[in-house]
Amino acid sequence: MLERGNRTFHRKKITVVFFLCSAVLFLLFLRLVYLMIAKADYYSGKAVELHERERSIKAARGRIIDCNGQVIADNKTVCTISVIHSQIEDPEEVIAVLSRELSLSEEYVRVRVEKYSSIERIRSNVDKETGDRIREYDLAGVKVDEDYKRYYPYGQLASKVLGFTGSDNQGIIGLEVVYEEYLEGKPGTILTVTDAKGIEVEEAGESRIEPISGGDLHISLDMNIQSYATQLAYQAMETKEAQSVSIIVMNPQNGELLAMVNVPEFDLNNPYELPKEASVSENGEPVELSAEEKQDLLNAMWRNGCINDTYEPGSTFKIITAAAGLESGVVTPESTFSCPGFIIVEDRKIRCHKVGGHGAENFVLATMNSCNPVFITVGLRMGAETFYSYFERFGLLKRTGVDLPGEAGTIMHDLENIGDVELATISFGQSFQLTPIQLLTTAASIVNGGRRITPHFGVKVTDKDGGLIQEFAYPVEEGIVSEETSATMREILEKVVSEGGGKNAYIEGARIGGKTATSQTLPRGSGQYIASFIGFAPADNPQVIAIAIINRPHGTYYGGQIAAPIIRQLFENILPYLGIMDYNGVVTE
Amino acid sequence: MPFQRSNDVARKKRRQGQSEYFFDYSLLFIVLFLLGFGLVMLYSTSSYEAAQKYGSSTYYLVKQLKSTILGLVGMMVIANIPYHFWEKFYGFGYLISVVLLALIIPFGHESGGAKRWFRIGGMSIQPSEIAKLCMILFLAVVICKMGKSIRTMKGFLALLALPLPIVIMVWRITSNLSSAIIIMGIAVLMVFVASPDYKKFILMGLAGVAGVALVVFIIVNVANSDTLNYRGGRILAWLDPEAYVSDKGYQTLQALYAIGSGGIWGKGLGQSMQKLGFIPEAQNDMIFSIICEELGLFGAVAIILMFVMLIWRLMVIANNAPDLFGALLVVGVMGHMAIQVILNIAVVTNTIPNTGISLPFISYGGTAVLFQLAEIGLVLNVAKRIQLKEV
Repeated sequence: MLERGNRTFHRKKITVVFFLCSAVLFLLFLRLVYLMIAKADYYSGKAVELHERERSIKAARGRIIDCNGQVIADNKTVCTISVIHSQIEDPEEVIAVLSRELSLSEEYVRVRVEKYSSIERIRSNVDKETGDRIREYDLAGVKVDEDYKRYYPYGQLASKVLGFTGSDNQGIIGLEVVYEEYLEGKPGTILTVTDAKGIEVEEAGESRIEPISGGDLHISLDMNIQSYATQLAYQAMETKEAQSVSIIVMNPQNGELLAMVNVPEFDLNNPYELPKEASVSENGEPVELSAEEKQDLLNAMWRNGCINDTYEPGSTFKIITAAAGLESGVVTPESTFSCPGFIIVEDRKIRCHKVGGHGAENFVLATMNSCNPVFITVGLRMGAETFYSYFERFGLLKRTGVDLPGEAGTIMHDLENIGDVELATISFGQSFQLTPIQLLTTAASIVNGGRRITPHFGVKVTDKDGGLIQEFAYPVEEGIVSEETSATMREILEKVVSEGGGKNAYIEGARIGGKTATSQTLPRGSGQYIASFIGFAPADNPQVIAIAIINRPHGTYYGGQIAAPIIRQLFENILPYLGIMDYNGVVTE
Repeated sequence: MPFQRSNDVARKKRRQGQSEYFFDYSLLFIVLFLLGFGLVMLYSTSSYEAAQKYGSSTYYLVKQLKSTILGLVGMMVIANIPYHFWEKFYGFGYLISVVLLALIIPFGHESGGAKRWFRIGGMSIQPSEIAKLCMILFLAVVICKMGKSIRTMKGFLALLALPLPIVIMVWRITSNLSSAIIIMGIAVLMVFVASPDYKKFILMGLAGVAGVALVVFIIVNVANSDTLNYRGGRILAWLDPEAYVSDKGYQTLQALYAIGSGGIWGKGLGQSMQKLGFIPEAQNDMIFSIICEELGLFGAVAIILMFVMLIWRLMVIANNAPDLFGALLVVGVMGHMAIQVILNIAVVTNTIPNTGISLPFISYGGTAVLFQLAEIGLVLNVAKRIQLKEV
């Protein structure tokens, strides 16, 4: 029995204990209120983040379609094989099957299978049949996801123009890069709720955001012309044992590019495969390349010479000198000159290509003869400042704005550094460099009536059903030369083909204008040449303009002899095709 | 005296048709409610993991149900054995605790990195749970025997020293700091009730708070987890669980996610996401966080109130116990329940550093529920001895 007094203090103390405990529990209740009300959003947000797994669904990339509606870049279904570590039941079996079916080394697969991660990609871009086969094994923890891979039905045609995509379906070079935002589409996502091991909780269901396919890019490229031009280029490259041959075909009225060839091209479906010469040494042994060396070779292979590289144009540049001379009034077609075979500028004697000289000739004839002393005279008459101002007016010093990546700029002397000697060499196309596309665009703008056009491929973007998403407009600068000068230039250049140095481009029944060029590769003195020819038709109202450039030919290297015939063959075929000339050789207007 | 009283009671019984002795149905109801609720929550929490691990969603439920039934039977048996019967076993109980704890070293079963269990048949038994009950009995008897000498400093210190061997064994041998803290806490509470003094305890409390603060301060300032041991790291993880998410802060943070996801009304019974493996073995120490997630603040408060009522009933019984021995037994049980509930909720809400403490009657654990029910049986017997007239 408790004594009375004791009992009281015991009771009191027991009650104190109770209230102490209750007070502590009340504090914990307040803590819960804080966690479950004040911090509820924060913690539940974090928890949802933890529970939801996002799987993205690739969007189908937009196709690229040529001017005739031919699909030139398409998608095909491929599979991505991945493993989910926590769901694998028989890792050895998984490793065996995957390494066999995907022809991967066992260690490569093992590292990925045994890696503790929620999902590990083994290989992407596996063709559909292999993916289906792997799916049939029905291995726990192996996931086969279908997606799209870029496919180029024409293989290597226009490879450097179109470009290709990487493993993540993103454009790497060419139009694929420039029009990425239109082509890529928007990937969708599948949100699934999973437990800690990454296993989907079925009751929770999944929410799906559908991917949006990329838009189809319609370009001005004509695969028929491209195909024929590529044939011609390969033919020339082989017969002339040239290093490379480029051909650009453009509509001079609006700048639409119909073909752009840079042989050797590469296979768009295997863009990482180096040509045999690069990967095998002369004695047939495979060459060991470092990653860096290989990348350099690949970059060289992918390079679009028409746009990324500059060269010394040579006589084709006389089109610009002539136009500037006529426009500034220092010369007229009737102006007469006398060519002794050389001209002395300051202390230098600059030779004409005809050693004996052309004798007396008017300006038209001088152009037909591609007479250097005459053009030097014209250049000197204008003076550096005037000549230079025409470069600016013609748009020669800024980039053309073509819709391909990496366009090189013109490498021209600064105005203050142009003395008479420089002025003289510029006049006939030496001592500076520009890109083929720049030269062609400037020539086109001179003969089309004086409108500086922007060369381009992109015409419009449509959705899958052909609904217009975006139509592209390109800047045109009017009046870079007068209509009169332009007409004169057309006449003179037609004469170059019909009676002058470009006669190898002449086609019976068609009116072709053009200019040849033979320039040395830089640095000078290597004995290597670049033969080129710019031609357009019909000469009185140009609808098509083309340039052919043969880089380092063997044997004959004169543009008039080896480049002009390429343009002739090209025009013989494409003029009737374009409806500029009928097959009977009658010009249709 | 006893004779006369029994006459009175007999008269009363005849007059009112009531039983001779008091039986605390409120306490029984509270305990049964907590057990039933615990089983429901245990199933909800453990079924997913049980199905994945053992192929049966009721794996944990069935095991717990068996222990609970066994425990209820034991409770009813103990409730009918006069509590003074146990008095003579106090030394034996102490000894048994020491022996069992010592036997852990050679025969203990290791699980989850700690040696805490014996496996006998299909059951695993945790000696530290036995030690808690034995300590309550031991101290109650010793305090009664000491009589007034408890008021001397010597007596006071002796009482605090007596549990220390057990406490240290639980801590060092089974590396179970939480059980050691609970046993020491029970002892302190019992001594507190038995001693008329306040000053000593306030000083002790202040010293304790200061000591803890100092330890935390030192650890935070060292703040180089490489040089810290296991528990030091836990304290850093407690202060900033998100910085230690990959190891020591993981469980705490996951529990906080669960609690925060619950909101006021909860996601609904069975709807917890965090139990799907995010909180490992959520049915053990972290079950309260799943209660919060599924039943919300509302459910959590209901459970806390049930525990407050449990402690309140224990207080009423202790206050009316027929003798000091009975009162001290009940105080011991009360301290045990209160400390464990408080520490469990404090851990789950990251109010104190993470240490494994189960929630009485609700967490999964056979030995725990068995001995907790045995304690309730003891309390019910003390309650039975209360004469109705005095209530």
